[in-house]
Amino acid sequence: MADVAFEQSRIASAGGVRRRTSLHNALKRKSTMAFLMTLPLILLILLLVVYPAFYAVHLATLNKSMARFVGFGNFEFLFKRETFWLVVKQSCIFAISAVFFKALIGFIVAHFVHNVPAKGQRKWRGMLLVPWVIPPAMSTLAWLWLFDPSYSAFNYTLSAFGIGPIPWTGDAGWARFSVILVNIWYGAPFFMIMYLAALKSVPEQLYEAAAIDGANWWQRIWYVTLPMMRNIIAITALFSLIVTFANFDIVRILTSGGPLDHTHIFATWAFRVGIEGSDIPLGASVSLFMVPILAVAAIFILRDVTKRGNEA
Amino acid sequence: MSTMAIDKAGPSRKVKYGSMSRDRTWALRWSYFFLCIFAIFSLVPPIYMLITSLKSSAEISAATNPWWVFHPTLSNYAELLGSNQYLRFFLNSALVSIFVVTITMLISVPAAFALARMKFWGSATLATGVFLTYLIPDTLLFIPLFKMFAVIGDWTGIQLINRWYVLLFIYPTLTVPFCTWIMIGYFASIPKELDEAAIIDGASWFQTLTRIFIPVALPGLIAATIFAFTASWAQFLYPMVFTTSVDQLVLPAGIITTLIKGDVFNWGQIMTGALLGAAPPLIIYAFLMDYYIAGLTAGATKG
Amino acid sequence: MADVTLRKVIKRYDDVEAVRGIDLDISDHEFIVLVGPSGCGKSTTLRMIAGLEDITDGDIMIGGDVVNDVPPKDRDIAMVFQNYALYPHMTVAENMSFGLRLKHYPKAEIKARVTEAARLLDITDLIDRKPKQLSGGQRQRVAMGRAIVRNPKVFLFDEPLSNLDAKLRVQMRIEIKKVHQKVRTTTVYVTHDQVEAMTLADRVVVMNHGRIEQIGTPNELYHKPATRFVAGFIGSPAMNFLPCRLEEVGGKLNLRLTDRIAFPLPPARAARYNALPRSELLQLGIRPEHITESHGHLEPGVESFDTVLDVTEPMGMETLVYFGLDGVAVCGRVNPNAGAQDGAPMRLAMDLNNMHLLNETTGVVL
Repeated sequence: MADVAFEQSRIASAGGVRRRTSLHNALKRKSTMAFLMTLPLILLILLLVVYPAFYAVHLATLNKSMARFVGFGNFEFLFKRETFWLVVKQSCIFAISAVFFKALIGFIVAHFVHNVPAKGQRKWRGMLLVPWVIPPAMSTLAWLWLFDPSYSAFNYTLSAFGIGPIPWTGDAGWARFSVILVNIWYGAPFFMIMYLAALKSVPEQLYEAAAIDGANWWQRIWYVTLPMMRNIIAITALFSLIVTFANFDIVRILTSGGPLDHTHIFATWAFRVGIEGSDIPLGASVSLFMVPILAVAAIFILRDVTKRGNEA
Repeated sequence: MSTMAIDKAGPSRKVKYGSMSRDRTWALRWSYFFLCIFAIFSLVPPIYMLITSLKSSAEISAATNPWWVFHPTLSNYAELLGSNQYLRFFLNSALVSIFVVTITMLISVPAAFALARMKFWGSATLATGVFLTYLIPDTLLFIPLFKMFAVIGDWTGIQLINRWYVLLFIYPTLTVPFCTWIMIGYFASIPKELDEAAIIDGASWFQTLTRIFIPVALPGLIAATIFAFTASWAQFLYPMVFTTSVDQLVLPAGIITTLIKGDVFNWGQIMTGALLGAAPPLIIYAFLMDYYIAGLTAGATKG
Repeated sequence: MADVTLRKVIKRYDDVEAVRGIDLDISDHEFIVLVGPSGCGKSTTLRMIAGLEDITDGDIMIGGDVVNDVPPKDRDIAMVFQNYALYPHMTVAENMSFGLRLKHYPKAEIKARVTEAARLLDITDLIDRKPKQLSGGQRQRVAMGRAIVRNPKVFLFDEPLSNLDAKLRVQMRIEIKKVHQKVRTTTVYVTHDQVEAMTLADRVVVMNHGRIEQIGTPNELYHKPATRFVAGFIGSPAMNFLPCRLEEVGGKLNLRLTDRIAFPLPPARAARYNALPRSELLQLGIRPEHITESHGHLEPGVESFDTVLDVTEPMGMETLVYFGLDGVAVCGRVNPNAGAQDGAPMRLAMDLNNMHLLNETTGVVL
């Protein structure tokens, strides 16, 4: 093969004719091969992500038996239903408060872990990350049992202090609190790990310089730590916003949306309507309402990620 | 004048050092105090799982101190591990996760290599697209996917709904984008000279991938594998949507749908089942914590 | 073993022309150094010889065969990279033998070659270590070993010493020279360091802006630079450039530097520059070592002048003196015992036998 190439080019240059074929072909082969290597990925994304996304839009315009085009009929129907607005409100409350407290707790815990001597950090980090490792469906079952109306271990403990019994999942307000609490429990370790990694990447000299400039503990956090971590805080929070907003497992297992739909969020309600209620178009319409907020978050993440890439 | 200044500076500096180290000691004590509180908060549910799993139904309904086991028993474990149904869930979960990991690696490693090293038309767009795909949650796609597979079943007669292996098509939508994304990051961090050296040494692109890139990026590969495995193991929504027959269920869906029978909760067994279901990820985590954390942080920091 | 020839080689990236038509003949066994500032196209040229970059136009021949379209692995070359590019997961021996293993050489021969190369480079004890257990100098040796075991037609070095500290660089420079003396393989070596170029090369190729400025032995480049760029690039401290004019006084040619200072040209130089127009602005190029303290007795062609020193830098074996001539900073090298002092007046002498006269606009040495 190589010999042939030799001969060809020797002849070509001897004849004074420029024929740079094989390297050109090699380059072409290279991009063809690259394309082939990414083909399964492309097919997967196109067939099982992009197509279903558009298919969802199509489904949302059909009637319940999926025989007739109803245009915005499903959306109009949803707008008239009180439950829908309840779900919108609850999704926003759920996502925003959960993300806020996850971020706050994650930041505080990351600081404490960063504070203790380096050789103990691994042990603490290991323990604190356990909630993130257990499959949420499994751990939520434990919470369900901790919240059990008659045997709640929390109420048992609180009764020793004369408090309770608290209807953890029975009362609308408490049920919302419980769902958010479990989500914070599950998600805060992720923030902790991300912030810890970011904290470790802040050069020690910056703190030393700040200390020499007379900055106290709080000023060091405000003027050194936070600006250095701003990007990672933003990415993590936006990222978590998407995941939390689209959460299914916790609400489904803990309350199934009850009591009286007062904890339903988009995903669980879409499941209830679309799969359990067999009204696929309506379920698709409900889930599509997640798109705007997800798109906004995704755009900001993408911007921050590329910014990070450019800085590096 | 100068001696006075030194005399003044001497003791005051000493005090300052003393207060600083005292501050540090207190900061450390407070750190440990709060870390203990957060550790308890983190570990209560899994510990409570363990406590309950060791109790008999009688002890649970007797409503004694829930935080203590008075008559420990392994009967819940014996019963679950002797039940074909639960073992079936476990087997289904294991099959699905192992196949999904394999499929994911076969798709994402070559793709990541091509995207990180072999620039071609649209490769940058595709890399961004992969990242965006990773941001699309399962809860947005489950309804159209369900309908799609139902339609495919109607058209071709190949019934995929309510078969455990339908999940092999679905789960990669969750795992492949993330694994590709972090592998792009790991591959891109390998110096360009390394593959040039390999090319001059006479390696083909395939040999460069298998003999240089995969061994060098092995930590990334392990992190991606762990992610793919735990994500498939923990997935709950898709099996709830796509599988209903008891023999087709994977663990999370299986425990929820079979152990919770109407209003009768057999909490001892549920907790045992959940704990055993949580065991594989926890064991992997215990042994490969550093890779696990590397994968976790790489997703957002790489790239 | 082979000679390497470049014929009108051009490399264009989109709109930028990185290499603008290079002609170069490298004979068998020769050690050629490509030197120039960053962005001059020297690395691109090397990578085109390696086959890591395709060429836009022209021909590259190795051993008489046009290799324009031959992939790197079939060009029979070996390359040493700036950051060593050792495979981190392989031991030293595996690193060195990777290429041979890919070509399915017999095990015994691989072992023999690796052992031989390791002995040559004095890394026999390191053979089972991983790259991260090695120091920078050791890594550099392994990278060279990887090139040697292949027994290629051509060695290519891409700034191999720039990651090493100054002391190690000197040591490795000698090491590379020794290895070349033993294996005698045709070598193309890229560096931005003119000292490396001077000490290693049989012939040096000075490049600038994608073109070859001059090709020559180290001594030729130093004493007979062809352009202002070469004159200024080779030698440290760099050559002084002073604006000057020729004027004719009483049938003799004088070199006027300032209103105050003008020197008669030595006869040999006067003859050479006689055809040049008078009063045109020219540049005088003179190396610092040709400006020294003035003795009582001056050789023919050496002219003395008085100046006030701005700064002196004692280097031990010599003292560098800096002074201004009509606002142009000039550097000279005087004996450390000559009594040079910051801000003090001093009588210096300029050796015009070693002067160069340059065209002000083109920079060509006349």
